[in-house]
Amino acid sequence: MKKAIAILGLTTALAGASQAGAVTVTLACGTVGQELQLCKEGAARWAKKTGNTVKIFESPNLTNDRLGLYQQQLAAKSSDIDVYQLDVIWPGLLSQHFVDLKGKIPASEVNTHFKGIVAANTVGGKLVSMPWFTDAGLLYYRTDLLKKYGYNAPPKTWAEMATMARKIQSGEQKTNKGFAGFVFQGKNYEGLTCNALEWVSSFGGGTIVDDSGKVTINNAKAALALDTAAGWIRDISPRGVTTYGEEEARGIFQSGNAAFMRNWPYAWALGQSDDSKVKGKIGVAPLPAGVGGKPAATLGGWNLGVSQYSKNQAAAIDLVRYLTGPAEQKIRAIEGAYNPTITTLYQDKAILAKNPFFGSLYSVFTNAVARPSGPTKSKYNQVSQAFSTAVSSVLNGNTKGQAAVAKLNTDLARIKGRGW
Amino acid sequence: MTTKVTSTPVPPTRRRGTEAARARQAFWLLLPTLIAIALVAGYPLYRTIFFALFEADLTTPDQRTFLGLGNFWFTTEEGVALGFLQDPKWWEAVKNTMLFTVVSVFLETVFGMIIALVVNSAFKGRAFLRTAMLVPWAIPTVVSAQMWAYMYNDSFGLVGRGLLGGQALLANTDTAIWALIAVDVWKTTSFMALLILAGLQSLPGDMYEAADMDGASKWTQFWRLTLPLLRPALLVALVFRSLDALRVFDIMYVMLGANNAAATSMTGYARQAMIDNSMLGMGSAVAVAIFLIIMVIVVVYVTAFRVKFD
Amino acid sequence: MNLQKTNPTLYYLQRGLFYLLVLVISVYLLLPFFWAVLTSFRRSGDLFLSPMEFVMAPSTVSNYVQVFANPSFQRGLLFSVIVAVAAVIISLILGSFAAYALGRFRFKGKSMVLYIILAVSVFPQIAVLGGLFTLVRATGLYNNPIALIFSYLIFTIPFTVWVLTSFVRDIPGELEEAALVDGASPLQTLFKVLFPVMMPALVTTGLLAFINAWNEYLFALTFTSSNRTVPVVIANYSGASQYDQPWGQIMAASIVVTVPLIILVLVFQRNIVSGLTAGAVKG
Repeated sequence: MKKAIAILGLTTALAGASQAGAVTVTLACGTVGQELQLCKEGAARWAKKTGNTVKIFESPNLTNDRLGLYQQQLAAKSSDIDVYQLDVIWPGLLSQHFVDLKGKIPASEVNTHFKGIVAANTVGGKLVSMPWFTDAGLLYYRTDLLKKYGYNAPPKTWAEMATMARKIQSGEQKTNKGFAGFVFQGKNYEGLTCNALEWVSSFGGGTIVDDSGKVTINNAKAALALDTAAGWIRDISPRGVTTYGEEEARGIFQSGNAAFMRNWPYAWALGQSDDSKVKGKIGVAPLPAGVGGKPAATLGGWNLGVSQYSKNQAAAIDLVRYLTGPAEQKIRAIEGAYNPTITTLYQDKAILAKNPFFGSLYSVFTNAVARPSGPTKSKYNQVSQAFSTAVSSVLNGNTKGQAAVAKLNTDLARIKGRGW
Repeated sequence: MTTKVTSTPVPPTRRRGTEAARARQAFWLLLPTLIAIALVAGYPLYRTIFFALFEADLTTPDQRTFLGLGNFWFTTEEGVALGFLQDPKWWEAVKNTMLFTVVSVFLETVFGMIIALVVNSAFKGRAFLRTAMLVPWAIPTVVSAQMWAYMYNDSFGLVGRGLLGGQALLANTDTAIWALIAVDVWKTTSFMALLILAGLQSLPGDMYEAADMDGASKWTQFWRLTLPLLRPALLVALVFRSLDALRVFDIMYVMLGANNAAATSMTGYARQAMIDNSMLGMGSAVAVAIFLIIMVIVVVYVTAFRVKFD
Repeated sequence: MNLQKTNPTLYYLQRGLFYLLVLVISVYLLLPFFWAVLTSFRRSGDLFLSPMEFVMAPSTVSNYVQVFANPSFQRGLLFSVIVAVAAVIISLILGSFAAYALGRFRFKGKSMVLYIILAVSVFPQIAVLGGLFTLVRATGLYNNPIALIFSYLIFTIPFTVWVLTSFVRDIPGELEEAALVDGASPLQTLFKVLFPVMMPALVTTGLLAFINAWNEYLFALTFTSSNRTVPVVIANYSGASQYDQPWGQIMAASIVVTVPLIILVLVFQRNIVSGLTAGAVKG
């Protein structure tokens, strides 16, 4: 859910205040738990190294709330926060408020990151933020249950997945009434946009709006994808799945109450932790493909940018460089399964030992589908709201896919108005 | 309410002078309040009306283009409708808010009346019930929204799992609106009961004694005596409650999230446009519409029922 | 009440039904709150239990410990108190001046002023949100409690003026006559003569305004980012892992912010009823 906000001063062993030129940099990152922990630790390491002080500004953890909050901060030209953690879909929306990092950070350093993600962070030639970690939708499954019901490989298509889920669910429900075949993020928010984009794209139905800015959602394949997903509800997914975010889904999967789950890589480390009921029984695979399509994973991930209104830009840029550098990304990959954005780290033995699927799913991360935040620029938020609302109404059985994408087409034309 | 005119024994010649002096003093006493109201209500309202006529971004309100009524209603040459009055989501929000208002105010009044009548009669434990009545009213709206969101939760909620066996009422805006009405009714029934109870206790007891003598049943007494006498108090309570319900926002936002709140609450729709989507002009236009709707309803109420506030 | 003698069965049936109704009402009013209290004393692992097992499950105070250790909650409480108290004090001072003028003085345009104040009290907050936001930003008060104190006046001032005016009118006139004859200024009269009499009214009005300010959500959500008030903190509460909703802690936090209000309301219940009715119901 969302997250309360607080500023925690991190006093470092070397109290920076006594040193000349030491400044305090405020960093808005992670939200809770492990993400916050790793962010704090990373910031503390930088503070120790440079003698500056870092304050952590905790943000809400629903992406939409976080964006609203950051927009308010930036609109107010507030200098409270120097470094922001930005979702991969925000650079187009917020670029005017951020320092151009091109030239501030050596090109050789920028080029070690995935090209696609650097491109997503570049708006009109301006490097708004630096890639920090990447995310892509994955299919989690229970290796023990697949074996128990006679399957030896994860599903390749959605139809296969549904068949497996149905069989496992009906078997397991004999002893566990609350067991579900498949859980995903069905609540009407950005997470549903990510899920539904994967369905539509894997059926060959495009990406809502194409790179040229043309609305492409009104097609039969997209409609079929949405109808297929709506068919899962009450069959292999609980009715309540349309109120789930990432965490609700993970809670069910991790307590041993689901066979399959769609989620981000973060769920791996938590699922393998000591208090997890399914530790050692989790498999990760690319998401299934639709009819006549190929698998698709939505590109997620977070980046660090420096606010125009920061009073300590030099120190803030240095902090960004440090946190997005290879050493810090490696620590985060090993301790929190955060996917690096630096290509060479995917051959790092220590990282692969901890996250075996980084190697086998390398292509999933490099071929992830970007949400149409580039072409729709500052209106992406509205596009996403309209899309997830339309998907939500199909999942709830209020409309059929065909009608929903047709109506969505009208909505998107409205939002586009005189142009993106 | 009548103002008591206390005739002070002052000679007539001095009277006029004091009148003028008193008026001046009154002006100075009122000035701070009037300035405060002008600052927090008057000026922002003017700004909202002003921005409603422009296309403006929240982050850069100074770079604006004049649209006239374009935020309300505009169709481009390609036939694309841009005004919010052409947006089905807005009308869904209006429909849901109206439904919410009518149903919840009606239920609150009925339940409030029942509770007030019960508390007004003599029985053991009356004091306890009187106190219990205040509890829901004292709970902050956001807190009661969270409490109920938890009770509606389909995996471990008392209502969601216990009563409905794993149904997710909040999943779908059509069922969610009824779930929200239940929350609002629970929270504000006690407020209604308080007001009605105060009215009941000011009713003259001898009339009921006379009615008892005439052999009128309790039922008849309620319809013939109690309701007509309570009418003025009830009406004012109804007006205030309806206006509150029309402004509803926090229950929706907390229980359904920003996106579905925009389809269930008019204020939610306006806030999403203005703050989340940064469209200051469009959001202001919606806010002006809400303001007009509420003012029209006030005028209708006041003229239709001749509500006396004064 | 001679039914007891003439037809005891019917009498006891009636009484029985009546008490059943009382029971239903009590359960309806108190059960959600009771359930929240119960949840706040349960371990998160027990939330999945069935209602009966849940009632029987072992209690723990760990939720409260974690809530009080949560820095954002601590700050939320602090800011809530600051904002609500400041808004109430300002409104009471300004409101009592205005109420004195409206309740005691006769002048042209009095009903006009009353109508303006009434109109503002039914203002939808959203109608001023955009205007206030640009104003708050232009003055650099974003994320500053002053912005909230200032914006809360939009509902606390009309309310206090309205309620206090009706109280002032009910104060017998002889009291200040004497002072006026002695040549005291209106302000002296107000402070020396009326304030002592108005104390109960001021407490009641202040308390009701405080509750409104304490519970406000829309402005608090929009004008602050890190200096949040309690309602926003509770609505955004999350626990130890990303997107987690630790219901036990949310309920504990809810109880913490609610219990003081309930105690206040119970202590002042008689005043509150009179305050509410003075403000709204005038036949």
